[in-house]
Amino acid sequence: MAERHAIVELIPRLRRYARALVGDRATADDLVQDTLERALIKFHLYREGTDLRAWLFTVMHNVHVNRLRAARGTDPLDEEMPEMAQRGTQGDALALRDLNRAIVRLPDEQREVLLLVALEHMSYDDVARTLGIPIGTVMSRLSRAREKLRAMMFGLPATTKLKVVK
Amino acid sequence: MTSNQPVTEADLQAYADERLADARRAEVEAWLATRPEDAERIAGYRAQRDMLHALYDPVLDEPVPERLRAAMRGGGRSRAIARVAGWVALGAALGVLAGWQLRALQAPVRVAQGEGMSMARRAAVAHVTYSPEIRHPVEVGADQEAHLVAWLSKRLGAPLHVPVLDRAGLKLVGGRLLPGDGDPATGVNPAPVAQFMYQGAKGQRVTLYVRIEAADHRDTAFRFAREGGVRVFYWIDRNFGYALSTSDLDRSELLNVANLVYKQLNP
Repeated sequence: MAERHAIVELIPRLRRYARALVGDRATADDLVQDTLERALIKFHLYREGTDLRAWLFTVMHNVHVNRLRAARGTDPLDEEMPEMAQRGTQGDALALRDLNRAIVRLPDEQREVLLLVALEHMSYDDVARTLGIPIGTVMSRLSRAREKLRAMMFGLPATTKLKVVK
Repeated sequence: MTSNQPVTEADLQAYADERLADARRAEVEAWLATRPEDAERIAGYRAQRDMLHALYDPVLDEPVPERLRAAMRGGGRSRAIARVAGWVALGAALGVLAGWQLRALQAPVRVAQGEGMSMARRAAVAHVTYSPEIRHPVEVGADQEAHLVAWLSKRLGAPLHVPVLDRAGLKLVGGRLLPGDGDPATGVNPAPVAQFMYQGAKGQRVTLYVRIEAADHRDTAFRFAREGGVRVFYWIDRNFGYALSTSDLDRSELLNVANLVYKQLNP
């Protein structure tokens, strides 16, 4: 398989994206490993001449969604998550060590779009194809992801209401 | 001539990503010129992109774990088998760690390399977060320098000095307080951190990140790190850790600034 070498070359990119997507190294590398194993099994589905990177990210997206589905019930992350840590005195809003976690706190489907665009520099069309969603959805998720992250970073008022935890 | 097409949210996103054709970009730029709030929002999106790269690009330089290479050799062991191997690797890693600690005890200069790296990383992230800010780059401006120094000294719990960098063509913009990287649960190094921002005539920005160091961290020479697009010189001097970050100056210019800072803090 001639593309094997090309896939190996892309492993660092897959690892970077996975790290940003799931947050910690071990889980991210598990995701990459499952992706590589699945890519090899499904390689007959790859159409020669098309973008190998986009295809691999599609495989990773599918593996990731399946893993989330399997873990559902233990995964309360959704749109109702509080936007912002309780803001103390001015200037304390941004816990730098928590930036990683702020990104992980974005709703999963928004985080995927933001990372493919901002970290992978993938075209909007390719993001739509990779995730199997319309381009309008790509743009609205991108816009919401960025605004939420900005709210978390600068302590702006949350755009969605906080859920009261009883 | 303008096309008179209304500027949409999608246009703004594409502008933030630098993906508009020249003609449309000029129109969006003109539109933003009269809307500072939107302009700042879009600048914030670009800062996010830089921040993402600063946080995650270092992964690209990590060696690829053997289990991923093995997966690509095909018919390789699955993750179930790898899990067993993982325990073996963990054992080996613990061995390495123990060895490293022994070496650290024998070493004449005891500096936690990992800590230094994380200081450079944190300084770079703070730099890309605040340096693109147009309206709120600092909490207290240079016009209130005495207040700024007194306030930050009080919060850090040690007297701070703000270096004058005019000789490098940089003027103080002001400063801000940032959360420390301590763990409140253990009380380790919980003091907050100070960030001073400087700006050159062409708008180049440099930030100086200052934190209190634990007593057992010895002085170090300048170290250089590249975090995404940010260049950082960092060092520990007596009980302070310093990190000087910029995206706008090259390495030798930044080293020149670092020397200026160092000399002023050690008259």
